Amino acid sequence: MFRLRIGMSIVTILALVGILFYRFYDLQIVNYQAYVTASDRNRIHVRPIPPKRGLIYDRNGVLLAENKPSYTLTITKERVKDLAETLDKIGELVELNQSDRDRFYKALKRARRPYEPVPLRFKLTEQEISRIAVNEYELKGIQVSAQLVRHYPHKELFAHTTGYVGRINSKELSQFTEEDLWRYGGTHSIGKIGLEKYYEADLIGTPGEEQVETNAHGRLIRVLDRQDPVPGKDLHLHIDIELQKTAVNALGENRGAVVAIDVESGGVVAMVSAPSFDPNLFVTGISYQDYSALNGSHDLPLFNRTVQGQYPPGSTLKPMLGLGALEQNTVTPEWTIRDPGFYQVANSERIYRDWKRWGHGNNVDLRQAIEESCDTYFYDLAIRMGIDVMHPVGARFGLGELTGIDIPNEREGLWPSRAWKRGARGLPWFPGDSLNVSIGQGFVLTTPLQLAVMTATLASRGDRKKPQLVERVGDSEVLPWLESFYVADVEHWDYVFLSMQGVVHATRGTAKGISEGINYKIAGKTGTAQVVGIAQGEEYDREAIDERNRDHALFVAFAPVNEPEIAIAIIVENGESGSGAAAPIARKMFDTWFVIQGSSYMPTPEDAELSQVEVVE
Amino acid sequence: MRRAKDFVRHLPDSTEHLKKTESFWRIVHIDPLMLIGLAMLTAFGLIILYSAGGQSAYLMKRQIVFFAIAYIVMFGVAQVNLDFVRRWSVWLYLLGIVLLIGVILFGVGAKGAQRWISLGFFRFQPSEILKIAVPLTVAAYFSARVLPPKIPHVVVCLAIVTIPAVLIFVQPDMGTALMVAVSGLIGLFLAGLRWRYIGFSLLLIAAASWPMWNFVMHDYQKQRVLTLLDPEVDIHGSGWNIIQSKTAIGSGGVDGKGWLQGTQSQLDFLPESHTDFIIAVLAEEFGLKGVVLLLTIYLFIIFRGLFIAIAAQTTFSRLLAGSVTMTFFVYVFVNIGMVAGLLPIVGVPLPLVSLGGTSLVTLMLGFGLLMAIATEKKRVSVNL
Repeated sequence: MFRLRIGMSIVTILALVGILFYRFYDLQIVNYQAYVTASDRNRIHVRPIPPKRGLIYDRNGVLLAENKPSYTLTITKERVKDLAETLDKIGELVELNQSDRDRFYKALKRARRPYEPVPLRFKLTEQEISRIAVNEYELKGIQVSAQLVRHYPHKELFAHTTGYVGRINSKELSQFTEEDLWRYGGTHSIGKIGLEKYYEADLIGTPGEEQVETNAHGRLIRVLDRQDPVPGKDLHLHIDIELQKTAVNALGENRGAVVAIDVESGGVVAMVSAPSFDPNLFVTGISYQDYSALNGSHDLPLFNRTVQGQYPPGSTLKPMLGLGALEQNTVTPEWTIRDPGFYQVANSERIYRDWKRWGHGNNVDLRQAIEESCDTYFYDLAIRMGIDVMHPVGARFGLGELTGIDIPNEREGLWPSRAWKRGARGLPWFPGDSLNVSIGQGFVLTTPLQLAVMTATLASRGDRKKPQLVERVGDSEVLPWLESFYVADVEHWDYVFLSMQGVVHATRGTAKGISEGINYKIAGKTGTAQVVGIAQGEEYDREAIDERNRDHALFVAFAPVNEPEIAIAIIVENGESGSGAAAPIARKMFDTWFVIQGSSYMPTPEDAELSQVEVVE
Repeated sequence: MRRAKDFVRHLPDSTEHLKKTESFWRIVHIDPLMLIGLAMLTAFGLIILYSAGGQSAYLMKRQIVFFAIAYIVMFGVAQVNLDFVRRWSVWLYLLGIVLLIGVILFGVGAKGAQRWISLGFFRFQPSEILKIAVPLTVAAYFSARVLPPKIPHVVVCLAIVTIPAVLIFVQPDMGTALMVAVSGLIGLFLAGLRWRYIGFSLLLIAAASWPMWNFVMHDYQKQRVLTLLDPEVDIHGSGWNIIQSKTAIGSGGVDGKGWLQGTQSQLDFLPESHTDFIIAVLAEEFGLKGVVLLLTIYLFIIFRGLFIAIAAQTTFSRLLAGSVTMTFFVYVFVNIGMVAGLLPIVGVPLPLVSLGGTSLVTLMLGFGLLMAIATEKKRVSVNL
């Protein structure tokens, strides 16, 4: 009896052990591969290694945008049991405000890969790092990682040119392709404006990959395999930091814009929009207060006036239009008008006034009209030339179209034509419209950059080059690009150049004030533009409104006259007088430029020749 | 005096000694084959534990000390007169019951369950006493009854089994309660319980399972059963253990990843790797070969135990040896089946391999009794 029961027990034992054996056979032999994969997936993780973002240098090799190490606290969600509790614990160790938490939860929702750490706090201090290190054992899934964060050492100086990087937002993320997701796997920032945005593809580089073994708590055990990232390409700009500083200092507290172009290459050597802002604020996320202060300011510091500000160019168009008129034989150098201080269109009651109430005299020729900025001469010229002849000239100089500069968000201004007016306004072109165009008012709108391009085109005697901030991307040169050219007689060019030189150097020149103690020749043209239609906030008091309704002051110039190197366009908002507010800035910049280019400028024989011509006159 | 005579067995007389060449093993009351089996298991177990415990010298020292104590207990128990054991087993049983009630009244908790009694300087689980007291009492009870048991005896036996099982279950400690119950029921089965009763009980259990599930079992206990059926339901919660242990076992393959090389166990993916889930460490690092070796050692010990049971002379010895051995097997099967995902996760350690002091001592106490039974034969035959 007992033996039978023992026998039955043995059978049972063998059967049950058989089941166990079959189970292990099934797990370890039949499904071996699947479990090997599962165990590898447990411990092996592929981590992207973010590439080093390309640096930005000025033409002398001065760093304008660099990468600095910054310590970030990250959390691997999959390793954390109770997220809220962990955050509370961290909150006892480091400063953790509500916006940090909100941002973290937001980032968590769009976690890109499993086990990818999500940043919680940026810019940890030394103290915070050590406090975390001490308490690391009770904080599973927490890591402090060093990251390179963009830094702009010159702060406000180049904010509108370099732009800035900022954290990738959900809108950008939603537009990412699969490849972008991989490319930005270990990166938290992306170029938002300026060069950082325009050259994003070159700057970002190619991420590397790291196969790492981690334990169940997310702690790194060892690196199994590593593929190094390829750093982004550096940008070498045409911009010159000294020239930029000169322009900023010369502008002082004024609002305005300065663009300087290297005539030979079309390279932009200075680009200032004032007031500016500190781009470093945006890199790891700008605080609400900082942002609303910048965004709400009536001085519009975030607005890049050089490419987005559209101003009436005023009289700065006159040399170009004069050249066009000479070419079309509308006027000749000998042609003069009598200027009583106003102009009256035939068969019209309306009187168009010159800025000088009593006029510029009885024998005003083109040269005098440019030097003294005689409006009456140009009213007459405009009527006889007509918009259909004027328009193509301006178009050749780049008015009314995008310059194609290598930063985003450029505006095209407005260079009106008969067809445009019919299309946009549904009205025929009136002679009065032509008059307004001839003095850069009415419909005409230009960006400071367009004016700089126009001036550089004059300086190079007709070759309009695409303005270009970047000279070299990595090792490859960005070659100058000729957009269009304007053909004119040499005598006509000389005549216009001399006229513009007269603006600065002749006794009656509108900008003669800046020629004091000068040892080179500047060709320039002043301008004033009436402020029209700027919406005014109601909170302004009257005095402020008055200040903001003053005319804008403009000045365009190039130098040296006989062999132009650099062309500059300046606008000082509400500066009232082109000669008083804008022209002195140009003088300082030219001085700086020639100091940079190797001692002070030495006059050449050709220079002397041009001077003689002036003397003869 | 009589008691002292009882307690220490008579040394063989000189004449007996001459008549039959007494082996050394019989003199020390040790079954050499069983000892070899246990030694192999101990050695293998320590090798696995070293890896599972994160190569901690402290854990190893502690376990070796427990083994030393457990072996001493085994040797000591092997010397005890079985008649004495039989007579005193009911008192041990009653002591255990009292202590279990004490646990409910004054117990010390851990992880939401009251299982310990603290005596100031050390604490222990009274349920461990019942693991050995229940099969002893059942064997002692039937040793004085006509077999196969009649219904009143079956009822008494069931009471002996059920009372401590229920007291342990309410601690709550489902695993130990089941094991204690099983050890007693095995005694009942070996005593020759009629098949019709067995069939009837199975029907009863089937009928009782519904109210058990709804009114008696705790949520976490139900969760364990549900998890077994579908571990993917809760990957990071209760399913985690079973998924990770299956992954550890499966990824070991035939040859294993090598000692101390198991990624699941060394990198902490495997939970409870040095206690309940230790066989997953073995399976991962030594592969199917290691598993087969371990099962072979267990089978060797179990078959030796069953042989001792068959060869035993008295009903008490037979029933005791049988139920101790079979209970040991049930431990092995439940633990391995649980780790391999065949059974729900109940807290049953792998006998003689998992880390743990009290269970080692209890188990070796059982083996001490087996040793005593194995060497008892001679005395009986001489007395004839």
